[in-house]
Amino acid sequence: MQKLLSAIASRLVIIVPYAWLLIFFLIPFLIVFKISLSTSAISMPPYTPAFEGIGTWLESARKFTVDNYVWITEDALYAKAYLSSVIIAAVSTVLTLLLGFPLAYGMARAPQSIRPTLLMLVILPFWTSFLIRVYAWIGILKPEGLLNQFLLWTGVISEPLQILNTHTAIFIGIVYSYLPFMVLPIYSTLEKMDYSLIEAAQDLGCPPITAFWKITLPLAIPGILAGCLLVFIPAVGEFVIPDLLGGSRTLMIGKTLWSEFFNNRDWPLASAVAIILLLLLVVPIVLFQNAQARAQEAGK
Amino acid sequence: MTRSTLFMTAVSVLAFGLAAGQASAQERVVNVYNWSDYIDESILADFTKETGIKVVYDVFDSNEILETKLLAGGTGYDVVVPTGTFLARQIQAGVFQKLDKSKLPNISNMWDKIEARTDKYDPGNQYSINYMWGTTGIGYNKAKVKEALGTDQIDSWDVVFKPENIAKLADCGVYMLDAPAEMIPAALNWLGKNPDSKTAEDIEAAQAALEAIRPSIRKFHSSEYINALANGDICLAVGWSGDVFQARDRAAEAKQGVEIAYSIPKEGAQMWFDQMAIPADAPHVAEAHEFLNYIMKPEVIAKASNYVFYANGNKASQKLLDQAVIGDPAVYPDEATTDKLFTTTPPDNKEQRLMTRAWTRVVTGQ
Repeated sequence: MQKLLSAIASRLVIIVPYAWLLIFFLIPFLIVFKISLSTSAISMPPYTPAFEGIGTWLESARKFTVDNYVWITEDALYAKAYLSSVIIAAVSTVLTLLLGFPLAYGMARAPQSIRPTLLMLVILPFWTSFLIRVYAWIGILKPEGLLNQFLLWTGVISEPLQILNTHTAIFIGIVYSYLPFMVLPIYSTLEKMDYSLIEAAQDLGCPPITAFWKITLPLAIPGILAGCLLVFIPAVGEFVIPDLLGGSRTLMIGKTLWSEFFNNRDWPLASAVAIILLLLLVVPIVLFQNAQARAQEAGK
Repeated sequence: MTRSTLFMTAVSVLAFGLAAGQASAQERVVNVYNWSDYIDESILADFTKETGIKVVYDVFDSNEILETKLLAGGTGYDVVVPTGTFLARQIQAGVFQKLDKSKLPNISNMWDKIEARTDKYDPGNQYSINYMWGTTGIGYNKAKVKEALGTDQIDSWDVVFKPENIAKLADCGVYMLDAPAEMIPAALNWLGKNPDSKTAEDIEAAQAALEAIRPSIRKFHSSEYINALANGDICLAVGWSGDVFQARDRAAEAKQGVEIAYSIPKEGAQMWFDQMAIPADAPHVAEAHEFLNYIMKPEVIAKASNYVFYANGNKASQKLLDQAVIGDPAVYPDEATTDKLFTTTPPDNKEQRLMTRAWTRVVTGQ
């Protein structure tokens, strides 16, 4: 009896993540995909054919169209928006890495006793709403904001810098908001690292910088990759930060999607934009998984 | 958790749920979804006192958000407040139910002149009553504009649409509504074309006019300009009348020496109407009618207008309005100005896409 129960339990443990993926990823994905093949209409909901249950699937499938995807490829706006989102996300990811790595490194090398406190400090900002933290940056960056007042007071600048509503503000916002997602995975790989390797290298006459490049960095790569993906993927589709901190000139796919959905009431086209965005993001995830699998192979 | 405590919890949750269900069957509720900063909240409390109906009040800040919720259906709202152009399309989509006018005796207080205009969006005014109406004009910081232009009286769209004029204000900051349905008609009107035109070449002309002044615009946004004007962060915004008045009041309260003014330019401006309507799937239809009837009481709507500085569509309320509201030609424009105000009709799907596309080009510079 006990055995049977534990067998069922272990099955359940496997089923749970798959059920999760099915309910919260695959089914919504199929619904969005179906809407992307519909045509917009003045009705409730604003597209046709509407979903009226499994029974009518075949019938409505005949009315499906790929026009929305054709439209997206024909208008350069979408390509530009995808490209500029990817560039903004990539630059932000590199900046986050440059800032996050030394932080994680410092934390991992700190005395064991204060590490939990440091970890706490990295997580602490999450206790405040994300939206409020982004709003706070408006107060810091605006022309009469804290930063400009401070710089004016120190005499570094003679008139306020226009930072708010520029690309710089978006980079600051993304780097600030996503920094913990970069620091935590890198910290966890560096913490597990065996520092006797560095000592051995130094004993053999290797200068510290070379030891860093040849030992620490390669060993931290899984953490760096995970951190980069955790920052890059949400940053590509980011809407709140460019909307609040960015200027109107910022073209990002999140905003394009918003305007298709809300301004144009074109749910099918918005769905098609979302599907393509998803495909764009799935590629780096697959690459990452391949790299990890290879790293694990090599580890064995 | 042991099995018995689990059981007890389940029982108590069930009991609580039943009790809550009974309570809500007795309590009368109306769910209202209105624009933010758009009512004197004491009106809601007074309504509950008089009728015993509890008001659940929720707010939005853009027609697009409201429309998307309505089109998805099942919002649970009993009274919503879309603007005329949006209302027209939503009626077509089957979002609303016809009003039962036998339950709205106060409808006799309404202003025929406004009803004649809203008839364009809601033929026969069958689905909606007017709540407030206003204009889309120019809000500005008097001192900063005087410094840049030499005058603190703006009376023409030339200040906005002539590139050499707006460039003088670019440094102190210019905001514009992020709404093609407002800015394209404004540009067409300034160009001397029909502001309601939706032909491809007219929209292109409007786009060109807006692109010419694009370098001087700091941000396109439909609500941030209230605070930006009030704080003195910017010197000019193309925005909605009542929002600019709110900026004026906030600036006066803050006592930082910022003085805000609003102008309906002499070339004319767009006039819009926010209409109260009842969704087809509203759960509390009777309560919604009582609420609308209450809002149409002259003393109630006068209180609302005195608070938000927007004109209303209620003729009988006019003698109860503060002089600062009824006497201000920027709120209640005189006959000559009213004649120059224009309205627009809702675009169809293709026209909408044309306008949004032109607007995206202007805003992003792409």
